[in-house]
Amino acid sequence: MAEFFRSLLAAGFGGQGVLTLGQLVAYTAMYEGRHVTWIPSYGPEMRGGTANCSVMVSDEEIASPVVSRADYVVIMNQPSLAKFEPTVKPGGILLYNEDLVSYRNPRTDITVVAVPANALAMELGSEKVANVVVLGALVEAGDIVGADACLATIKDKLGKKKAQMMEMNITAFEKGREIVRKGISR
Amino acid sequence: MSERVLMKGNEALAEAAVRAGCRYFFGYPITPQNEIPEYMSRRLPEVGGVYLQAESEVAAINMIFGGAGTGERVMTSSSSPGISLMSEGISYIAGAELPCVLMNIVRGGPGLGSILPAQSDYFQATRGGGHGDYRLLVLAPSTLQEGVDLTMLAFDLAEKYKNPVMILGDGFMGQMMEAVEFRTPEPMDLPDKRDWAVGYMERRGTRALVKSLYLDPEELERHNMKLQAKYREMEKNEVRYESYRTDDAEIVLAAYGTTARIARSAINELRREGLRVGMIRPISVYPFPYAPFENLPGSVKNVLVVEMSCGQMIDDVRIGVGRTVPVHFCGRVGGIAPSVDEIEARIREITGK
Amino acid sequence: MKETKIFERPKSMSDVPTHYCPGCTHGIAHRLVAEVIDELGIQKKTFGVAPVGCSVFLYNYIDTDMYEAAHGRAPAVASAVKRIRPDMVGFTYQGDGDLASIGMAEIVHAANRGELITVIFINNAIYGMTGGQMAPTTLLQQKATTCPLGRDPGVNGYPMRVAELLATLAAPAYITRVSVAKPKYVGKAAAAVKRAFQTQIDRKGFSFVEMLSTCPTNWGMRPADAANWVEEKMIPYYPLGDIKVPE
Repeated sequence: MAEFFRSLLAAGFGGQGVLTLGQLVAYTAMYEGRHVTWIPSYGPEMRGGTANCSVMVSDEEIASPVVSRADYVVIMNQPSLAKFEPTVKPGGILLYNEDLVSYRNPRTDITVVAVPANALAMELGSEKVANVVVLGALVEAGDIVGADACLATIKDKLGKKKAQMMEMNITAFEKGREIVRKGISR
Repeated sequence: MSERVLMKGNEALAEAAVRAGCRYFFGYPITPQNEIPEYMSRRLPEVGGVYLQAESEVAAINMIFGGAGTGERVMTSSSSPGISLMSEGISYIAGAELPCVLMNIVRGGPGLGSILPAQSDYFQATRGGGHGDYRLLVLAPSTLQEGVDLTMLAFDLAEKYKNPVMILGDGFMGQMMEAVEFRTPEPMDLPDKRDWAVGYMERRGTRALVKSLYLDPEELERHNMKLQAKYREMEKNEVRYESYRTDDAEIVLAAYGTTARIARSAINELRREGLRVGMIRPISVYPFPYAPFENLPGSVKNVLVVEMSCGQMIDDVRIGVGRTVPVHFCGRVGGIAPSVDEIEARIREITGK
Repeated sequence: MKETKIFERPKSMSDVPTHYCPGCTHGIAHRLVAEVIDELGIQKKTFGVAPVGCSVFLYNYIDTDMYEAAHGRAPAVASAVKRIRPDMVGFTYQGDGDLASIGMAEIVHAANRGELITVIFINNAIYGMTGGQMAPTTLLQQKATTCPLGRDPGVNGYPMRVAELLATLAAPAYITRVSVAKPKYVGKAAAAVKRAFQTQIDRKGFSFVEMLSTCPTNWGMRPADAANWVEEKMIPYYPLGDIKVPE
């Protein structure tokens, strides 16, 4: 088995940026020299509905790109919690958007991280960056990709059109990381 | 040496076509392959090519018929119901012996089915699909890198045999992202289009006649024999497959495309436990690699075919294996891929381990 | 006495007998196309697309690069060739079953895209090759093997005026209707074919010539009666003349 093998599943409403979150992880992993696959769920609707994507990162060529059990699961809305909570591998990490998701009786065999993603994003000026807040938390809580490399990807992929959004995204990423650091120290 | 780029499957296949010299694309929108025409509509004008959206798949494939007659590198892409609509035109193209590349990013059927991944067009792809005795050369990549490499190869093979070549993908492959590298293939010795194509009457002194009509029975029979001789050549030269850990295997899996990736994960898991599992992965599905199934290692007691269909490639596997060992099946449909767990469970059930 | 040749086979026309029935006007229409190709000196840069129907063997009679297309799809075939080889001159030659029934989508969209091709549309109000079935252009009360009591609009709708229909589109440059049923009409038909090809060469847009033609065999008439029938029955419903001309 590959020495480094991590899987991520991110799920939410269409428009919450879960596919982008997964792509940012995928780009970063590729820049870090690893093999990577990204697969979206895709449905007939262009907006709304639910969306999810799976990311695999490995130092060896990836066989199955389909994630059935994940090391990391990001949950951005309530329906996704019910659907994907069982997907987290024992010992894995579930991160959820506590502004839109209520998670009672959390599993005890995994690490659960609550992220006030929408609230923090609103503080920064736009709910659009909620996914980047969660990305910061994910990168800080686990080791799927390095934080510096991920920040470089954000600058490369999200900052080209509007300088203002770039600043917001960088701050959002750092806020997300902070949540985890504080949470862990608490 | 080019760098690795992370691309969506459909876009990687489209870019590979452009790198292979494809300059003309005629197509019609259908999920889950829309990124191919979208990409081509941006990209082809940059390289002096033409993208034209047809009014239907029927028109699109007939544009390919016209375009292919000029000897230029032309391509269309579609998904299952669209390929059904194109089948008449594909038959004409095969009958007229024109080179072109077709992509089928397969979705669930029958009928309107779904837009999710499937492998249920195997029969249609490998048996020609339309009317008459003809074959497409069909390549079934498993990873995006292989998709890129085979797409480039497809254009050369189409010209070599003056025959349509199909890239048989699935919705997973079209929608997923993976890093790919665009490597220039070894140049192939190919026929000169000016010797046969439309547009060279002045130079050649004789006109081009692009047709599949032969009303004289003996002439049509001769034409069919010529086509069949070509297909025998393909069967001799173009069989491609991968053998994975089959040497000492007790059970051999047969799978292609995305399903083969999932099967590979199951094999790796079980090998760690000491189960002797291997796989034969057809890369060309027409011509089909019968030989490795005819010559399975003596250690093999069972064969398990894994597909995203109700069992189509299994017919070819059975032709290869014959009655020497039992051939089992594990398939999911509806847009669902067999999972690693399901494949493992099926292997344990068959081997009793 | 010095001999002067005043009539000869066009160079773009192959020296073979045609397979058409006595009194059929396909031969005249073929000849008009070949004469224009000669006159414009474009034989070696022209491609034609033959349909499915009686004129499926057009490729045996016109000596240019030729395609034999699937039923109704000639405009799609020609569109692609012209996009790839813009310096060639392309024409399709289609009957009423091919163009106005199974191929209605292709002709409308090629016209609507303003493809720089010339379409010769043979309207003889019947399916010829398959043996006299009803066509979209079959006249009301006209008998055919699939409407033995005559075309009933309540069952089969009305005869389609394709030239007028295409003329509602913005892109076509030249749309006209002529007849080749009697010698007196042929001069105008020849001029229309030439103008259509010239419209294409001048890159003014899509050009379309509908030719009212005969089918004595399937109409069950003698050739002379068939020619009269075009005049008496078809022309009143399908009036001759230009419907759209290049600016």
